[in-house]
Amino acid sequence: MSEIAAPRSSTRSRSLKGGGRNRSGQTNFELYSWLFMRLSGLALVVLVLGHLFVNLMLGGGITALDFAFVAGKWANPLWQVWDLLMLWLAMLHGTNGMRTIINDYAEKDQTRFWLKSLLITASIVIVVLGTLVIFTFDPCLDPSSTLSVCK
Amino acid sequence: MPSKPVGTLYRGHEGMWSWVAHRITGVGIFFFLLVHVLDTALVRVSPEAYNEVIGTYKNPIVGLMEVGLVGAILFHAFNGIRLILVDFWAKGPRNQRKLMIGVGVVWIVLFVPFVIRHLMHVFGGE
Ligand code: HEM
Ligand code: HEM
Repeated sequence: MSEIAAPRSSTRSRSLKGGGRNRSGQTNFELYSWLFMRLSGLALVVLVLGHLFVNLMLGGGITALDFAFVAGKWANPLWQVWDLLMLWLAMLHGTNGMRTIINDYAEKDQTRFWLKSLLITASIVIVVLGTLVIFTFDPCLDPSSTLSVCK
Repeated sequence: MPSKPVGTLYRGHEGMWSWVAHRITGVGIFFFLLVHVLDTALVRVSPEAYNEVIGTYKNPIVGLMEVGLVGAILFHAFNGIRLILVDFWAKGPRNQRKLMIGVGVVWIVLFVPFVIRHLMHVFGGE
């Protein structure tokens, strides 16, 4: 039986050891990135499917979503941490995936550079914005809020 | 000698199509997420702004787009698990076909009940 190497598993970047750089002087960035896609993917299965189940399947589903619903959820630290993890992992995973795709299709160095700059900029903006939203959320903006913190 | 080569991941047929579909769904979910974080950020503007924008999503057309989004995520998620099994499970590469069928089965089992309940919410009722 002939052994055919799996794609993207070049022998150059096989070793996790090697002090950041391996024998051929390259970093192991692509290996870590490959591993990260798989580990974050596993976590995202729980985080994203849980998010969809709670928001779309429980209670009134989509019809029940409004400011009060969000206030109710983020009053619970569990959902704050959940959403924060989901935001960071999904954005890192998605950005890294988009980076692979740009590398695959954009052939000119210039095009790659600009597409990646745009990608990184957009991702940083979204991650910072989403993080701020979770940490600075104020349920009492809603005068009719029934949450005890607003009384 | 095995009649078919084992050990390669993307060798035409189902493997190729699932790879294309994994890529397309990944890109789709990524762009959805960019917009999704922006609209969720409206909770920092005012309850009215958030409710108004979310309100415009509560119609059959967006409801069907949500069905598409969830179908895409379910595929990407379980096809992703399949890719992980092929890479890390010693018997993964030899069981590619079964894993592929498994993805289809799990997808249907989760997607069909989702569609029924979600469309009940979208088209009135409970
Ligand atoms: C149609 C499907 C979806 C609906 C109706 C929905 C609804 C919501 C709602 C109401 C919130 C506010 C907080 C909360 O409920 O936890 C939220 C936040 C969030 N959702 Fe979704 N969601 C959907 C799909 C997704 C998907 C597919 C992802 C990931 C890929 C996702 C990622 C997030 C993240 C990261 C936040 C936090 C945003 C922030 O930090 O400001 N959502 N979503
Ligand atoms: C729900 C759980 C998820 C799992 C199990 C998962 C799994 C994976 C895996 C294993 C890969 C690597 C494929 C490869 O190396 O060939 C991947 C690629 C990718 N994922 Fe995910 N993912 C998930 C969620 C997401 C989300 C929420 C997004 C968007 C924000 C996303 C966007 C992408 C993109 C753009 C790629 C690159 C596709 C390519 O290179 O062809 N994924 N995913």
